[in-house]
Amino acid sequence: MSKTLLQIDGLTKSYPGVTANDNVSFKIKSGEIHALLGENGAGKSTLVKMIYGLVRPDKGNMKLDDESFKPLEPRAARASGIAMVFQHFSLFEALSVAENIALGMENPPKSGILSIRITEVSVTYGLPLDPERLVGDLSAGERQRVEIIRCLLQEPKLLIMDEPTSVLTPQEVTTLFTTLKKLKSEGTSILYISHKLEEIRALCETATILRNGKKVATCDPRQKSARELAEMMVGGTLNSAKPKKLKLGKVILEAAGLSLPPQSAFGTSLKNISFRLHKGEILGIGGVAGNGQDELLACLSGEVLTTPNTIRFNSKPVGHMTPNERRALGVLAAPEERLGHAAAPDMDLIENSMLTAMVRKNLSNAGFLNWQRAKAFTQTIIDEFDVRTPGPQSIARSLSGGNLQKYVIGREVLQDPDVLIVNQPTWGVDAAAAAAIRQSLLDLAGKGAAIIVISQDLDELMEISTQFSALNNGKLSVAQPMAKFSLDEIGLLLGGADAST
Amino acid sequence: MLRLEKRPSPSQTWAYLAPVLAVIATMIGGGVMFALLGKDPFEAIRIIFYDPLFSEFAWYYRPQLLIKGAPLVLIAIGLSMGFRAGIWNIGAEGQYIIGALFGAGFALALYPTESPFIFPSMILLGALGGFLWAMIPALLKTKFGTNEILVSLMLVYVAEQLLASMSLGLMKNPEGFGFPGSRNLQQYDSAHNAEIWVGSGVHMGVVFALMAVIFAYVLLARHQLGFHIRLTGESPKAARFAGINPNRLIIFCLGSSGALAGLAGMFEIAGPSGQVNIAFNSGYGFTAIIVAFLGRLNPLGIMLAGLLMALTYIGGEIAQSSLGLPAAAIQAFQGMLLFFLLAVDLLTNFKIKWAKAEVTL
Repeated sequence: MSKTLLQIDGLTKSYPGVTANDNVSFKIKSGEIHALLGENGAGKSTLVKMIYGLVRPDKGNMKLDDESFKPLEPRAARASGIAMVFQHFSLFEALSVAENIALGMENPPKSGILSIRITEVSVTYGLPLDPERLVGDLSAGERQRVEIIRCLLQEPKLLIMDEPTSVLTPQEVTTLFTTLKKLKSEGTSILYISHKLEEIRALCETATILRNGKKVATCDPRQKSARELAEMMVGGTLNSAKPKKLKLGKVILEAAGLSLPPQSAFGTSLKNISFRLHKGEILGIGGVAGNGQDELLACLSGEVLTTPNTIRFNSKPVGHMTPNERRALGVLAAPEERLGHAAAPDMDLIENSMLTAMVRKNLSNAGFLNWQRAKAFTQTIIDEFDVRTPGPQSIARSLSGGNLQKYVIGREVLQDPDVLIVNQPTWGVDAAAAAAIRQSLLDLAGKGAAIIVISQDLDELMEISTQFSALNNGKLSVAQPMAKFSLDEIGLLLGGADAST
Repeated sequence: MLRLEKRPSPSQTWAYLAPVLAVIATMIGGGVMFALLGKDPFEAIRIIFYDPLFSEFAWYYRPQLLIKGAPLVLIAIGLSMGFRAGIWNIGAEGQYIIGALFGAGFALALYPTESPFIFPSMILLGALGGFLWAMIPALLKTKFGTNEILVSLMLVYVAEQLLASMSLGLMKNPEGFGFPGSRNLQQYDSAHNAEIWVGSGVHMGVVFALMAVIFAYVLLARHQLGFHIRLTGESPKAARFAGINPNRLIIFCLGSSGALAGLAGMFEIAGPSGQVNIAFNSGYGFTAIIVAFLGRLNPLGIMLAGLLMALTYIGGEIAQSSLGLPAAAIQAFQGMLLFFLLAVDLLTNFKIKWAKAEVTL
């Protein structure tokens, strides 16, 4: 049991301007679930890519089963018994499960045999999956199973999982953990990357913590509190956002019977969505991505127009209004995709401020743009939201994810909206930035604005929302006070069960 | 081994250096081509780039620079707006022909009436003709989602047939002894797009080209519409989020580029060319695509690029007559310019790195 499977010794990797990994060393034993913990940008991905042969280290070496291990490409890593499940799936939606799995294998067996083996593995490890189904019809959790089974068919010695639970419902997480524990009992090592501390404490016996590319500690997470782990990860003390006492005002935004046909082949339709949003309220909409979140945001922001009466602002029909008409009224939004939707990647921050603030910040006069004012507003966002960037002239894609997200949220919050709709406001953002973003949303609600937070992160929703509702397969459950729910009930709601059961 | 690495932000230096480097690379590549054709490459390059400006006949060629450059700049300015927004009007040549036919047709119908209102009306009609011709791909795209590249390109050939039909039929000179081609508008005072200063090459088209440059510059840098055009090109999804109506933008971009191409055609047919005939169009609409990119889709850049391209036109003609280079070789030479520009352009967004030999990814 205590045999070392993979020994990592002094791995260093630099990119221009940043040292992603600085002299990182640790050991993974056979049959252990080893957590790799760290904020975004701490160097987890680079480290794992080096193990998987996607990136070559500048310095340092690795030993697999006491033999020197220098994978030149992922194929070599796979041949040595290392498999990886990526955070973002690489699956073809129009192909079946079996076809997708065959595409990822070096020497795929005949399709009949492959289907039998897929079924065998899925039964053995408690991962129910029909090999003949189209991937486009699967939920995120099921898609992940496809990736896991693809890995398991190679009978790996080490399975690397990158943020596996970020797209799963609590019930699906439980299933996944059962599978991982079974694998462990069979002697497979698992390198488990996550920043969700409770999960790691429940699952892993060893944790290596990275911060700014350096190893901070290797410890037993079960012996530490989540707070201790978080502080090691962040390197300071954490302030969690605190909701103020919220008083609900009158209804400001209302949806009634909002339906939308799917906008693309694998898009989700919205089915008869209704809610009432009060002043000062934060409505948390939970649900796994792909259940209509993007579509709902598009309908509310005005990117997709509907019949006037399905959406009302202060009792006035707005469903037919364009994004800028809604902005003029005070309905603002921040979409999930930071680069390419909320912000234009190759434009600078001043231009990106112009993108949504033209109307409310009076940045144009008879069609002519006032760039000085846009620049001043951008500087205000940078100052008030602590956006780390050389200046307003930096192009959007040069900012790190967390900083760009702070900018995007700041850009909307500082326009004093009456209603703000945000989708995944802290996705892929480091803990400190996430806390700052959540606090800014709470402050905004405290001033009387109404906020809709669409998020996959249940902890986040539980922390900040006053009301909770689940979006599943395009249907929205009836919103109820957050305090009423237990984690199990939320899980059931996310899985599509009716709120009343 | 060479490896490309994306720059964190585009290099300003390379953005300006790329066109210069592309011109140099074209001289080298073109020189090799001319040498393979059995001509002295150094002489050919000298004739193309130096003679039109500084030889003993330069007094004749210099005004030509403006005459050839104006339609290129006028068309390229229009195209560049669309190109920035990701709307690809490849059919400026057709819009150029239709604009010319609208303007010339109006004048020919009124011949020999003299009136100060004829030329201004021709200007409006020229722009209208190009605009309407561009509305065909624009409306088909907005209503039915057709591809504007294909439709606008195909319409060039329709326009060419129309031009041929007009020169042989409706607009044929009744006093032309049966030869194809219309009356010469240069001999019709009210319709003649004459030089403003004799011998300078400056006609109304040159003035309009300059105005278009200034107008486009202000639009892109200062106006909401220009910002929307740039935003749509950078990121269509962000543009939608900003509240831009993509259909309106398609209509504007195709319409304005069509109108400018139509204007260019009108000025050409009423001035330097003078006559509706089968060989009227000489590829300005296509060359303007190169000009637009060579000028970095930037109005001032386009002005310089238009003059450079006019230089290769004039130099190319001299080379054809004095060295016997085939016309196709000159066209290939101009094509090389775009080819090398796109290649060098990579350096604006990417860095070339020498990777270690072991890298085999």
